[in-house]
Amino acid sequence: MKSYYFTEEHNMFRQSLRDFLAKEVTPHIDEWEAKGEIPREIFKRFGDMGYLGIALPEAHGGTDLDYFYSIVFNEEMARINSGGFGAAIGAHASLALVHMNAEGNEAQKQKYLEPGIKGELIGCLAISEPFGGSDVAGMRTTAVREGDHYIINGSKTFITNGVSSDFIVAAVKTNPDAKSGGISMMVIDRDTPGVTATKLNKLGWRASDTGEIAFSDVKVPVTNLLGGENQGFYYIMQHFALERLMLAIGGMATADYALEVTLQYMNEREAFGRKINRFQALRHRVAQMASEIEMNRMFIYAIADRYQQGDYVVKEAAMAKLLGTQLSDRVVYDCLQMFGGYGFMEDYPLARMYRDSRLGTIGGGTSEIMCEIISKMMIDDKAYEKATSLKV
Amino acid sequence: MKSNHFTEEHEMFRESLRAFLDKEARPYIDQWEEERRTPRDIWKKMGEQGYLGLGYPEEYGGSGLDFFYDVVFNEEIGRLNSGGFAITQQVTQYMSSPYILKYGSDELKKKYLPGIISGDLVSCIAISEPGAGSDAANIQTRAVREGDHYIVNGSKTFITNGVYGDFLVTVVKTNPEAGSAGVSMLVIDRNAEGVTATKLKKLGWHCSDTAELSFADVKVPASNLIGQEGQGFYYLMNGLQLERLCAVPAAVSAMENAIEVSLQYMSERQAFGRPINKFQVLRHRIAQMSAEVTALKAFSYYCCQLYADGVYDVKQCSMAKLLVTEKAEEVATKCLQFFGGYGFMEDYPLARMYRDVRVGTIGGGSSEIMREIIAKIVIDSVGYKSAQTDYAPPKAKKASNGSAPAAPAKEESVGSAAEMLPVIQSQVEKVSALGNTVKFNFGAEQLFIDGTGAANTVSTDDSDADCTVSVSFADFQALMQGKLNPMNAVMSGQMQIDGDMGVAMKLQSLFG
Repeated sequence: MKSYYFTEEHNMFRQSLRDFLAKEVTPHIDEWEAKGEIPREIFKRFGDMGYLGIALPEAHGGTDLDYFYSIVFNEEMARINSGGFGAAIGAHASLALVHMNAEGNEAQKQKYLEPGIKGELIGCLAISEPFGGSDVAGMRTTAVREGDHYIINGSKTFITNGVSSDFIVAAVKTNPDAKSGGISMMVIDRDTPGVTATKLNKLGWRASDTGEIAFSDVKVPVTNLLGGENQGFYYIMQHFALERLMLAIGGMATADYALEVTLQYMNEREAFGRKINRFQALRHRVAQMASEIEMNRMFIYAIADRYQQGDYVVKEAAMAKLLGTQLSDRVVYDCLQMFGGYGFMEDYPLARMYRDSRLGTIGGGTSEIMCEIISKMMIDDKAYEKATSLKV
Repeated sequence: MKSNHFTEEHEMFRESLRAFLDKEARPYIDQWEEERRTPRDIWKKMGEQGYLGLGYPEEYGGSGLDFFYDVVFNEEIGRLNSGGFAITQQVTQYMSSPYILKYGSDELKKKYLPGIISGDLVSCIAISEPGAGSDAANIQTRAVREGDHYIVNGSKTFITNGVYGDFLVTVVKTNPEAGSAGVSMLVIDRNAEGVTATKLKKLGWHCSDTAELSFADVKVPASNLIGQEGQGFYYLMNGLQLERLCAVPAAVSAMENAIEVSLQYMSERQAFGRPINKFQVLRHRIAQMSAEVTALKAFSYYCCQLYADGVYDVKQCSMAKLLVTEKAEEVATKCLQFFGGYGFMEDYPLARMYRDVRVGTIGGGSSEIMREIIAKIVIDSVGYKSAQTDYAPPKAKKASNGSAPAAPAKEESVGSAAEMLPVIQSQVEKVSALGNTVKFNFGAEQLFIDGTGAANTVSTDDSDADCTVSVSFADFQALMQGKLNPMNAVMSGQMQIDGDMGVAMKLQSLFG
């Protein structure tokens, strides 16, 4: 098929990544899912292959490839069929490292970003709190300046890599009286006294550790402040469009892979003397799903293309995240149905896909938050400017 | 969102067309809907302004513009909130006359094309019959050659422009025994002796005329045959994509327009002391719909871009047609709901939209036909596709009760192209040289037919050809044996064509 977006190089990258994942990751997924964590060495392997730095600058060990490489990366990660594994890698490379790169100074980049790209240090991004998820401005964790240090108190929850990571990129209130204008970003070493983490038990995403992190009088050097004080909210918002686009790709690619394995199953499974892919009711359901996947794919590619040309695609990214994650839930549900009783069994891929997909419409801004953003832009003519313009 | 598809010139064209339609059409549409007819002058005016024949060659009065001007045209007529108004020129410009342009003789082109471009002539495409809609190979209307004429008998139904139009691009059977290979296309003048029309009453599309036509011993000059006898089905299949690609952008812009007028109304209408656009449930419904329409728009442009680049992609177009027309139903229903009781009133725009969108999932191939086509492409090529995927179901054998392990390709497939080469050579030698090169791609193997010399020769070379046909080897064998109709195979996606469609159409001679 003709592609307007992917070159021969993208395709080669896809093939080598797919080979790598098939060899180094897929055979171990069942084990990691059962254990509830992935080994540190796999981060190192990803780092060795250069996969953690595809969107990060060459000066710090990345390869600074165009955005369609990130799309390929996310599409292929979805095919591993482990939301948890994808989340662990993603939370490190696409959240923690992206913040370090955008807001960190040279010294911070050398200390965290460079080993992060190599897979030697693992990061996490800590924004959500027990009493404030999507309502970022309402967060309560405080950082009080005392001489050369901040003293941090509070807690964070639903943090991917929250237990096993080496450093935490955390959003904290440096001015508790201000709402969004009082938030700062800080990098906190895991081994700082006063940092504790509890692992949460989850419906899905079982291969990744999701933690609740508590900060109790944690003393952090002021040199660990990322970017400007009280600029955190803008930094967070700035990365949202890209994060949502990635979650949209994850949803679409999950749906795509679910349908692919389902088509194979339907081509083998027989009922009433013929393959079940001969039954018209099922065929039409497949046609509908395939169409919706294709539409979502082309929508995402079109947005990514605009993004790459410098457009700040806030509304479109929210739309794509909304649709892509809804698509994944719907398609995975229908695909599991095609497998009948086997769909319910862990020996078949749909059981895990079903529970892993469920987080899509929640994480990275719920569907309801996406609708809030879109409706504000559509109805109230609210414009979201690129946050860099607010940088001091 | 900015677009990669439209230039400054396209946007200027859009502005001027929109201004024209707002002045010359929009104020009168209510009246035309009431009268169940759109007067001819509007087409004349559009012709004079150069809004018709956008992609037609200049020698017939057209503008020779790229396909995205046609996309603009369809988007703008879609915004007028009258399916009946839009369909008249969609049928004339995109669904009927292109057959004359692509396959007709010089004489036919000279006779009919300048008129449809100037707005003097309105044309119809007459395919559906009382007993055959989507099943076009099964039509019953007969055309019997008698000297310099064909004598046509039969009937057609659901023919847009069939009452007030000027000529009919008519699909007839010239050889009733030959199935789809006996289908031909004739231009029949609407006022030819023996042609009668009954105007049909419809749920929507009120300002367009839809006819049931009957042909009683209609004498049609043999020179009115479009292209060759027996090729009608090919021509049709080749034209369906264009038909869908004018309906798709028009439906997208109709949905955008529905959301736009709803937002306007919601900002004015008060309930419980505030504008209803402050109610979260309604806001989120707007957000969800807008997301879906925006995504469909991107998909629609992608399909249009493929068409503009000469890629004949049945799968994508069928998907777009399916999704867009179904979404239009939903958007019309939900937007009407925003208007409350006013939504039900003819003074507000949603009532008309609600009835007009209903034919979307029926005309131009029903949603069920779209799903049949897509299912054939997506499911029936899965055996071939499975060679490329890394997924192996863990316990597939158990799942299928130990019967068959993972199927290799198609179960009926025997032999290979290399083994079959002598047989294939002997078959292609029997027919006259194609004049082109064609490659059949079976995935693992290729078959290269060189018809540029005195006779067709076959090899298993993987060389570049004028036209590449992707097909499973089993289906290819079925084609050779006459068990599979090549055009059905294209339509169903069993055969996928890349390159010169004209060459692909010569394949019928190979498969007699």
